[in-house]
Amino acid sequence: MKKILVLAVMLIGTTTFAQNKNAKTTMEVDGVCLMCKSRIEKACLKTKGVKSAVWNVKTHELKLIYDDRKTSIETIQNSVTNAGHDTKELKATEEAYAKVHPCCRYRDVAVLEDHKVDEEHDHKD
Amino acid sequence: MKKILYIILMLPVFSTSQEKITGMIMEANEKNEPIGLAGANVYWLGTSIGVVTDIDGNFSISYSEEYTKLVISYIGFKTDTLTVTKPKTVHHWLQPTDNLDEVTITSRKQATAKSYMQASNVFTVSSDELLKAACCNLSESFETNPSIDVNFADAITGTRQIKMLGLTSPYILIATENIPSIRGASQAFGLSFIPGTWVSSIQITKGAGSVVNGYESIAGQINAELVKPTTDNTLFVNLFGNVAGRFELNTHINTKVSDRWSTGLYLHGNAHNEKHDVNNDNFMDMPMYNQINMMNRWQYTDTEKGFVSFINLKFLNDEKQTGQLDFNPNTDKLTTNSWGSEIDTKRYEISGKFGYVNPEIPYQSLGVQTAFSNHKQVSYFGLNQYDITQNSLYANAIYNSIISDSRHKIKTGVSYTYDHYDEFVNTMSYERTEYSVGAFFEYNYDNLDRLNLTAGVRVDNHNLLGAFVTPRLHARYTPWEKSALRASIGRGKRSANIFAENQKIFSTSRVINIIDSSGSVYGLDPEVAWNYGVSFLQGFNLFKRKADITLDYYKTDFENQVVVDFENPQEVSFYNLDGKSYANSLQLEFNYNVFQYFDLRMAYKYYDVQTQYNSDKLEKPLVPKHRLFANASYEIYEKEGAGQWKFDVTYNWLGEQRFSSTASNPLQYQLAAYTPTLATLNAQVTKVFSPKFEVYLGGENITNVRQNNPVLGADNPFGSNFDTTFVYGPVFGSNYYAGLRFKIK
Repeated sequence: MKKILVLAVMLIGTTTFAQNKNAKTTMEVDGVCLMCKSRIEKACLKTKGVKSAVWNVKTHELKLIYDDRKTSIETIQNSVTNAGHDTKELKATEEAYAKVHPCCRYRDVAVLEDHKVDEEHDHKD
Repeated sequence: MKKILYIILMLPVFSTSQEKITGMIMEANEKNEPIGLAGANVYWLGTSIGVVTDIDGNFSISYSEEYTKLVISYIGFKTDTLTVTKPKTVHHWLQPTDNLDEVTITSRKQATAKSYMQASNVFTVSSDELLKAACCNLSESFETNPSIDVNFADAITGTRQIKMLGLTSPYILIATENIPSIRGASQAFGLSFIPGTWVSSIQITKGAGSVVNGYESIAGQINAELVKPTTDNTLFVNLFGNVAGRFELNTHINTKVSDRWSTGLYLHGNAHNEKHDVNNDNFMDMPMYNQINMMNRWQYTDTEKGFVSFINLKFLNDEKQTGQLDFNPNTDKLTTNSWGSEIDTKRYEISGKFGYVNPEIPYQSLGVQTAFSNHKQVSYFGLNQYDITQNSLYANAIYNSIISDSRHKIKTGVSYTYDHYDEFVNTMSYERTEYSVGAFFEYNYDNLDRLNLTAGVRVDNHNLLGAFVTPRLHARYTPWEKSALRASIGRGKRSANIFAENQKIFSTSRVINIIDSSGSVYGLDPEVAWNYGVSFLQGFNLFKRKADITLDYYKTDFENQVVVDFENPQEVSFYNLDGKSYANSLQLEFNYNVFQYFDLRMAYKYYDVQTQYNSDKLEKPLVPKHRLFANASYEIYEKEGAGQWKFDVTYNWLGEQRFSSTASNPLQYQLAAYTPTLATLNAQVTKVFSPKFEVYLGGENITNVRQNNPVLGADNPFGSNFDTTFVYGPVFGSNYYAGLRFKIK
């Protein structure tokens, strides 16, 4: 009986504290252009533990793969907002927002005219 | 509520009319009920004029004639672009995105896209660019490309030869879908064995290129992606004819076989059965030929599991006849009755590609490519006989992943190649087997900002070339906005197929002379070269329109080379290099979008290609030192219904080119030291009636420029001064063609 209990507790333990080194999540991040894309992705990738970050200009969806033993969604969100981009849950400070390039002021300015399709570095290989 | 991204300009400066487009954006659903989407973005492509739909999904946006593309986007939905040519009411349903990440890129695609991002100097030629010229096969598909020179290999076979950085195609690794395909036996005619309609895009890399596809590339890499059963039209028919009597037919049929299997059948036939002799030298200006070319592709796609694979079967039969007008193969073959030549090629190919992308972890993937081909050419040129059979096997496995995060990508894998050659040259037989096993590793670092570099190395063990290391490095640095400074360095090594690559030598009375240095291939040592290059690209706006300028400088230095020496007009000699051999090339290119739908591309090229021959250090024959190139393209979009006109003009100017020496010939068979300069003009008009149907009409060499005496010693083809290799320009003069394309999506 005791044994079963111990085993059960252990099992619960392993399920709740299971660590995933390829955790996946998506979040909505505000931005307007490919410069934003690289700013957002760079901010994520420079966060220790983030393996892949792909932000979609059209849908504003940020797809993340990260090692949750080394980082968390909150940490990544902080990195994004520190780079000056709003997420759904967390808004960038005015200070951080002021640092983004004038033509990326997603809160109040029109889209850049000169977005280059061929700058989209979705490597096909 | 979503943020408003697109501010309505209160006073559009250039919109004088007060016309508006109104409408409603809805969420797609099975019953097509009008469920309005609030907060969707509606804007004119390429402008800052946009609105957001209201709570019911309604919107109203100002309209002016210069706007034609209305983009509708909303997070979680596919972005759609509508072509709007008059003020009207728009009711549009947006489709939710599934997990497949399908994003339609909505700007007008440049026909040739240069990358600002990649480490290597790559540009992609899209199918649109390929439609700008007659482009019946791959050898003709570079007509509108300034980086690749196309010229005739000789005066009689009509074979086009391509050059890059001043070096001929054997120094370029030419692959189809990343499997090296035009090499060995198919080197001379292989480009004409890939029909233009099969090609969906071409990637051209200047410099040594990646190590993933092998060690043979020296000047560059050309990769042709072919049409795929899942994305090509259900039915495609292309008919082509020209006034010289060349006819071509291309048919593609693609169909889905099951959920995961699709197949495509691609048939190509061409024929030219008229004899032309515009220069009255009794020699046909172009060969008579028939070609049947078939490909069957099977594609397997399983997006859930991340599998995609292709199986391709190809068959080719090509027959050419050329030579004197009165030559009759049945009675005159290999006799001195009359000079003639026949070249028959049969080729079978089977290849497979297998790809796996981990659906959970998209940066991990595994690809395996295999190809087997059997290539058999039986031919004679006057009294010279040349047969070659090549059996070739290629296998390559590539694993892609990252180190720590996606700024550090790696590619690694193993390759195996096997080639068996059987050759018969007049009275001599040559047979050899080459095989190699190799492993490669390529690391790419992208700091997502100013720097991107690719460092690759491969180690191969080859039965005739020995064990050797091939290092390659490409880097891109962006010093400021819209610029790219690139540098590359790399090594390449290859065994020269001296006969297959130089088949024009058989259409001469030259004695073939191999100066044996006890090497492993024809007694010659393999060719080894280093290629170094720098390139600078700068995009800018000129009078508010996009422009870019590129300056390239590449240098190829041969450590060893199989020198092809034509300097004695009575013989052709092959020997290993003793001294210096290099090819330096400078290219300045300017692209400008003069006004909407009018694009201009201009280029100047300078070549300095010199080799130490036994006699002297000389310029490589038939390479112009200077070349100018210009291409203009204009499109007119008509009213809705997608009618469209496309106009294209290409101008080429070649400076003088050195003729190999004819000084020891009798006076009447002597040529000048240099060729005259040459300017040619091509033009094409395409009328698109609908997405299903278009016709095109074009002229090649409109100004009717011709080289007068392309065949030296045509009066006595069995005499000792007969030579068809002194060709620097068009033999036939102007030619006009027309064609149609019919497609069902």
